[in-house]
Amino acid sequence: MINIPSTIKISFRALRVNKMRSALTMLGIIIGVGAVIAMLAVGTGASRQIEAQISSMGSNLLMVVPGATTSGGVRMGSGTQTTLTMADSEAIRRECPAVEETGPVLSGVAQVIYGHQNWSTGVVGTTPGMLIVRDWALSSGRPFTEQDVKSATKVCLLGQTVVDNLFGDSDPVGKIIRIKNVPFAIFGVLEKKGQSATGHDQDDTVYIPITTAQKKMFGTAFPGMVRLIMVKAKSAKDLESAEKQINDLLRQRHRIAPKQDNDFTVRNLTQMMQAAEQSTKVMTLLLGAIASVSLFVGGIGIMNIMLVSVTERTREIGIRMAIGAKTWDIRLQFIIEALTLSLIGGLIGIIIGVTGSKILSMLAGWPTIVAPLSIILAFGFSGLVGIFFGFYPAYKASLLNPIDALRYE
Amino acid sequence: MALIEAKGISKTYRLGDIDLKALCEVSLTIDKGEFVAIMGPSGSGKSTFMNILGCLDKPTGGKYLLEGTDVGKLDRDELAGIRNKKIGFVFQGFNLLPRTSAFENVELPLLYDGIPAKERSHKAMAAIKSVGLEGRESHHPNQLSGGQQQRVAVARALVNNAPIILADEPTGNLDTKTSAEIMELFVRLNIESKITIILVTHERDIAAYSRRVIRFLDGCIVSDERKV
Repeated sequence: MINIPSTIKISFRALRVNKMRSALTMLGIIIGVGAVIAMLAVGTGASRQIEAQISSMGSNLLMVVPGATTSGGVRMGSGTQTTLTMADSEAIRRECPAVEETGPVLSGVAQVIYGHQNWSTGVVGTTPGMLIVRDWALSSGRPFTEQDVKSATKVCLLGQTVVDNLFGDSDPVGKIIRIKNVPFAIFGVLEKKGQSATGHDQDDTVYIPITTAQKKMFGTAFPGMVRLIMVKAKSAKDLESAEKQINDLLRQRHRIAPKQDNDFTVRNLTQMMQAAEQSTKVMTLLLGAIASVSLFVGGIGIMNIMLVSVTERTREIGIRMAIGAKTWDIRLQFIIEALTLSLIGGLIGIIIGVTGSKILSMLAGWPTIVAPLSIILAFGFSGLVGIFFGFYPAYKASLLNPIDALRYE
Repeated sequence: MALIEAKGISKTYRLGDIDLKALCEVSLTIDKGEFVAIMGPSGSGKSTFMNILGCLDKPTGGKYLLEGTDVGKLDRDELAGIRNKKIGFVFQGFNLLPRTSAFENVELPLLYDGIPAKERSHKAMAAIKSVGLEGRESHHPNQLSGGQQQRVAVARALVNNAPIILADEPTGNLDTKTSAEIMELFVRLNIESKITIILVTHERDIAAYSRRVIRFLDGCIVSDERKV
């Protein structure tokens, strides 16, 4: 019968006696576990950041932009034509079943002045529908209405960055600012959204009714002209049908003959973002692969130290057998030793990996997230390698004739 | 009933295509309380025989009865139990665990026997005392002289009250004075505790401590003399 407390005592004694060997073995496990956790934390952090940007942009988004003009055989970029109108936006919302809401945009850069503060920002003329399209709530005040759009009132909503620059800490709602020297009443403040996927500050903006933008701010080549139309589909599944419905509707409205090219383009923003997300996932996998190599190398290190140290202890095993250690006494001793080393080494590795990824995110400014799975993976693998290679030579030695183990040089 | 009864024990090593006979059908009985010296030149098979008696090695032929039990029929773990309870070993090279205190070395057979901590500590201290090493129980082997290390080994051999001590050239690494001390320790254990002592040696003056001398040559017993 095997006496577990005795075996644990024997194992701990053996570990204490071989401090250097124990430390070296643990080092292999520490590095293996730490490296994998830190690497995967960088990858996971990057993909979470992209996910956050996608959700801040609004979900299920399509963007309709005008087509390219052709001037003397030279094709200009897309959006150079101005073919989209308020009526198009209204028609898309009304007639495309897959579309939930639309937000036409006519925008430009303008100087915004309050008191003796001024700030240059992107002024976006749009409709109340835009707030729904972009999933954008107000942190204070109220939005402007369809009525404001109809009568082209001089009201606005400010992004948080504009508020910070013009008002500091004081409440802007109800105050009057001047945009291009036209006074506007502030109705509300848009909730902070942070950076977009392209690094653009989404809060550095002023929303005004699109009709006001057309008449007072940027002017139009023809009545009701808009720069682009943002569209929110009813769901992710509806994105493709929405794209097709908009395409058909606008071809009909713009009287485009069957063989003629579109004078507009429908872009699926959500799909583009999903592609970006996909590429970060690939990056995470890549980092994971590199980390796995280091884990593997760490595993080989653990294996070497374990094989050498247990093999050189064959004589010790012989002595133990001579004074009465049974087969499982020997095996259990080495299993417990290996288990202890990999547990302690693994814990230190987890601490180092987590701290390392925190330091990395502080120094390099990368967001890092330690996924529980990476801890389990790294810890599990190193532990298994340590236990296997600690146990295997001891298992072989436990099958030797005691006298052969005793005589082992 | 004889304590040890060997019936036609042989041991053959295979070295490639050559069969090397280390022991050829050795038969022998040893009774409880005897003090036996096994002598012979190197390669005569005396150590091989000793290892078989100690259940460290298995014979290739013959039968070995220990207290009437046929050892050849026991499995590995049963043999380990016999080594733990019936036989104490003393080796030429001491074979103590390095970087481990004298006390812990002596205690080890009791740990493998599953003796509770209190009794373990009591027995180990008693064994250390009986070999005259009290006060040195926390010393590591490398802090002890050769003679002291061998005393630790003797204490380890008798800590579990084994009726037999097998000593393989126990004084081979010791000077004359220390050798005499160790041999006197064996004599005392033999007389006072009635422990059966079997020692392998090639030195006449060491064999002189025993009461029976068995000589080996080329794997066979050539003489078996009892002192009267």
